[in-house]
Amino acid sequence: MIFFNYFIFPGFLFTAVIGMLASWVDRKVTARVQWRQGPPWYQSFADFIKLLGKEVIVPRQNRRLFLVAPLLALASVTVVATLLGRSMLRPQESFLGDLIVVIYLLTIPATALILGASASANPLASVGASREIKLVLSYELPFLLSMAIVILKSGGLIRINDIIRYQMVNGSILSSASGAVAFVAAILCMQAKLGFVPFDMSEAEQEIMAGALIEYSGAPLAIFKLTKQMLLVVLPIFLISLFWANNLSVMWVILKYVILLVIIILIKNTNPRVKIDQATRFFWGPMTVICIIGVILALIGY
Amino acid sequence: MNLKLKALTKSIWVFHFAASPCNNCDIEILDLLTPRHDVERFGIQLVGSIRHADVLLVTGVPNSKTGPKLKEVFAQAPKPCFVVAVGACALGGCTFRGSYNVKGTVDDWIPVNAYVPGCPPKPEAMIAGIVKLLNSLKEKK
Repeated sequence: MIFFNYFIFPGFLFTAVIGMLASWVDRKVTARVQWRQGPPWYQSFADFIKLLGKEVIVPRQNRRLFLVAPLLALASVTVVATLLGRSMLRPQESFLGDLIVVIYLLTIPATALILGASASANPLASVGASREIKLVLSYELPFLLSMAIVILKSGGLIRINDIIRYQMVNGSILSSASGAVAFVAAILCMQAKLGFVPFDMSEAEQEIMAGALIEYSGAPLAIFKLTKQMLLVVLPIFLISLFWANNLSVMWVILKYVILLVIIILIKNTNPRVKIDQATRFFWGPMTVICIIGVILALIGY
Repeated sequence: MNLKLKALTKSIWVFHFAASPCNNCDIEILDLLTPRHDVERFGIQLVGSIRHADVLLVTGVPNSKTGPKLKEVFAQAPKPCFVVAVGACALGGCTFRGSYNVKGTVDDWIPVNAYVPGCPPKPEAMIAGIVKLLNSLKEKK
């Protein structure tokens, strides 16, 4: 049963398939916004299979780290998907503090990208890696503050399933003032975690080629792309279960997921890429101030 | 036709190598990505790194500076990687033929899989060239 959970549903296979379809939706909507036709629905699958069949070129500086990094990213996202799915489907099997574990695991894909880019010893990859490091340092502060608001609002619960159950009884955290503030901040942090425009400076195609991914080819590149696509499922579901879990029947989860996906894609298509210093200023300035106001609101009970 | 080849023909990632062209071919290549021609319909994408590429698109006539770079970039590409020479310069040297710094055309430096003539070729001609390349791949297997 546990293998089924990790590898088939709700872990690896299920999340990967949904993630590939979601990334196709992203590309299709982007194309339609730009008045183009867009790729067919199987595009992400074709890309993945093609990349698996290509030659893998490994730079000689640090072969092992270069190849382990994508697997690390994939493994952490798989574990997050499984933990989230299990705490929604089979609440009695979740453990105390899995919210903390998930928050830690969600930083590992970015860390793995930094490690892999550094191991490739490419100057452009090192620029990408340093941008990614600064971006992680920037968005983690408001992200953690918005998680703190959720914990404060729910009365100190750190088990995801307890937070879901609290919201089913008392209404979603999003409906309170502090919860709404935290949700907005969390959506923008999610955009940065996904590496989408306006926060895609670590993979900026136009200035530093593919940035952190520049030396990756074949299967490791496919795994990194797959990790990104799985994050496109995991992060919205994570936010739904923390902020918007007043009704978690299947249709409602799908509807809420689609709404969050549309928000992500619209932010992506209506913004230019910002510079890394602008991103840091944005997250440590306005976002952190908003989150601190949210924490104060949560403490006085709004 | 096996699955690997089928996936390859449905998802061509193109790396654009400009071997000192006059930029007319490059502008026509960018037209392929615009709404009128939109090659993303067929899964064709421009990528920034040669490590991601399936097709190396060469424009211009390789001279003593860009020729060795072209060879190096082709060696860095993960195989299978196909080469498409675009424009009259890449095919035969055009007006630069016999110039003091020109040492042959693209196929004197690296093996070329498809040629798209024209100065500059129309976007439709480039799509036709890519389709011919894909058809020749399908026939080979």
